[in-house]
Amino acid sequence: MSLVIDVQGAVKQYGVGDAAIFALDGVDLQIEQGEYVAIMGPSGSGKSTLMNIMGALDNMTKGKYFLDGIEIDTLDENALSVVRGRKIGFIFQSFNLIPRTTALANVELPLAYQGIKGKERRERAMAALKVVGLADRVNHEPTELSGGQQQRVAVARALSTRPALLLADEPTGALDSKSTHDLLDLFDQINAAGRTVVVITHEDDVAQRAKRVVRMRDGKIVSDVMNR
Amino acid sequence: MSLFEIIRFALRGLNSNKLRTTLTTLGIAIGVSSVIILLAVGNGSSKAVQAGIEKLGTNTITIQSNRGGFGGGRASAARAASSQPLTVADAVALSDAVNAPDIKQAAPVAGANVACAVGTNSSTPGTFNGTWPSWFEASNTSVKQGTYFTNDDVTEGRHVAVIGNTTATDLFGTSNPLGQEMRCGGIPFTIIGVTEKKGSNGFQDGDSLVVAPLTAVQRSLTGYNNLQSIVVQAKSAKVQDLAQTEINTIMDARHKVKNTNNRDYRTLNQASLLQTTSSSNSVFTVLLGMVAAISLLVGGIGITNIMLVTVIERTREIGIRKAIGAPKRAILTQFLIEATILSLVGGLIGVFGGLVGSHFKIVGVQPVIIPASVFLAFGVSILIGVFFGGYPASRAASLRPIEALRYE
Repeated sequence: MSLVIDVQGAVKQYGVGDAAIFALDGVDLQIEQGEYVAIMGPSGSGKSTLMNIMGALDNMTKGKYFLDGIEIDTLDENALSVVRGRKIGFIFQSFNLIPRTTALANVELPLAYQGIKGKERRERAMAALKVVGLADRVNHEPTELSGGQQQRVAVARALSTRPALLLADEPTGALDSKSTHDLLDLFDQINAAGRTVVVITHEDDVAQRAKRVVRMRDGKIVSDVMNR
Repeated sequence: MSLFEIIRFALRGLNSNKLRTTLTTLGIAIGVSSVIILLAVGNGSSKAVQAGIEKLGTNTITIQSNRGGFGGGRASAARAASSQPLTVADAVALSDAVNAPDIKQAAPVAGANVACAVGTNSSTPGTFNGTWPSWFEASNTSVKQGTYFTNDDVTEGRHVAVIGNTTATDLFGTSNPLGQEMRCGGIPFTIIGVTEKKGSNGFQDGDSLVVAPLTAVQRSLTGYNNLQSIVVQAKSAKVQDLAQTEINTIMDARHKVKNTNNRDYRTLNQASLLQTTSSSNSVFTVLLGMVAAISLLVGGIGITNIMLVTVIERTREIGIRKAIGAPKRAILTQFLIEATILSLVGGLIGVFGGLVGSHFKIVGVQPVIIPASVFLAFGVSILIGVFFGGYPASRAASLRPIEALRYE
């Protein structure tokens, strides 16, 4: 199986000298295609930093990172935007939908930035919204949707570009238990279809749904076990 | 990512805060319309003065004597010995079709400074001319009511007069002056005509006027050998310079002028008067334009301000867009287009406002739009949008996604 994520000796340092803080202190992580991984740890453990680096949103102080075989550290700003658009689908704790914009337009947005036009874009966005069960809510704006629905729009937006990696940062943090359950079912379904899913969380019941659990503390990986 | 798409994003962005968009647009609109209106006012007032001067007759050249009182001081005293007065014979010579082919006609003018009275009403006309009928055409004066006097009246020395509107009102009030008699310097004149209103040329009231046959005025008021001026009319405005040369040639010969810098007569040309006033008017217009340009600049700074606020306010949105794959160029273009739309719409409203506003009289001046100012103001407003919107836009585009996303 090919590696989707290959992080080698990642170090992220804030400040210098005595004041230096290591958010990541030598992390190695390999994730294969089709895996469903939960990254756990208390706040300050470095899990969010790792997520930002995996999502090509932040750079490392030291180390190497290959995403789907591409070495990310060497890319310029333009190439990075292409990688973010095509290889990664992001899901955030606070949904991060564009305000005053319909669900459909939100899902179409990453496709639009890739230059996909008209009918094809609409069809792909509609298909993604159907997967998350929101085909009847396409013309609603974020404020007209519940938290669970907004997060499912965000999942649809992440899926619409058919990314190599679905990256979710505390996706259930702002949801009630029913919506959490629905969303995790959705992740199972997406993973079953063969997509790689990485979830950052501090909730055990969320981590239990993943196939593999990586635990972090103080910028290091302290355990890495298969769930089932 | 097509441009059309980015324009839609930009429109959506502007639409999300309508009041702010409206106020920013208003700033540019006011700047553009004030440029157009103020330049039109400057242009209009210069046009009005020009029209006033043209009413005096642009083809007209007035010859005046340099003798006596006028020059004053040593120069005139030195000249006095050799200088000759203007005479009727001079006027006849200037009317010669062979020597002066570009002169249509010349009229001698004897000027008097007397008060006229009817009963208890009295008025001192600003201009009291004894002249020939050709004077009316040469000086662009027409009779509105009654008739002109004729060559016959001149030959016979009849005491008839054509008067201006102000003089008519002063002497006769609202009653009809035609056929009535007035006494000027004790001499009776019968009114046979009232001239068309001329208005003021900025120096004197053109309607405070009495015109009578030359012979009658000379015999009873001024004497025979002291013409005040000769009014010469060129065949057209184009040949005015040629006419001027012919006047100098004929007059220099007749008055035996040896040094052309020291003539015993001088010529006044309406065209040169026109030039002087229009150049002083253009200074006025430029000043008005500068004031307006400053307001346009302030409008531009308003755009920068609003775009900076917009960028800060939408930092998080920019982060989201970048995280889902928006290239730097798309963000830059979106914000640049937002700024350009603000200035474009503001510019269009400003042009409209300027065109409408220029239809109204402003402080007594009817504005006349300078077409170039419309294009200039509109073009500058768009440039301002691109220029002043550019900085906030590039700031937005250069935000790092991780920092933009963390922004609350």
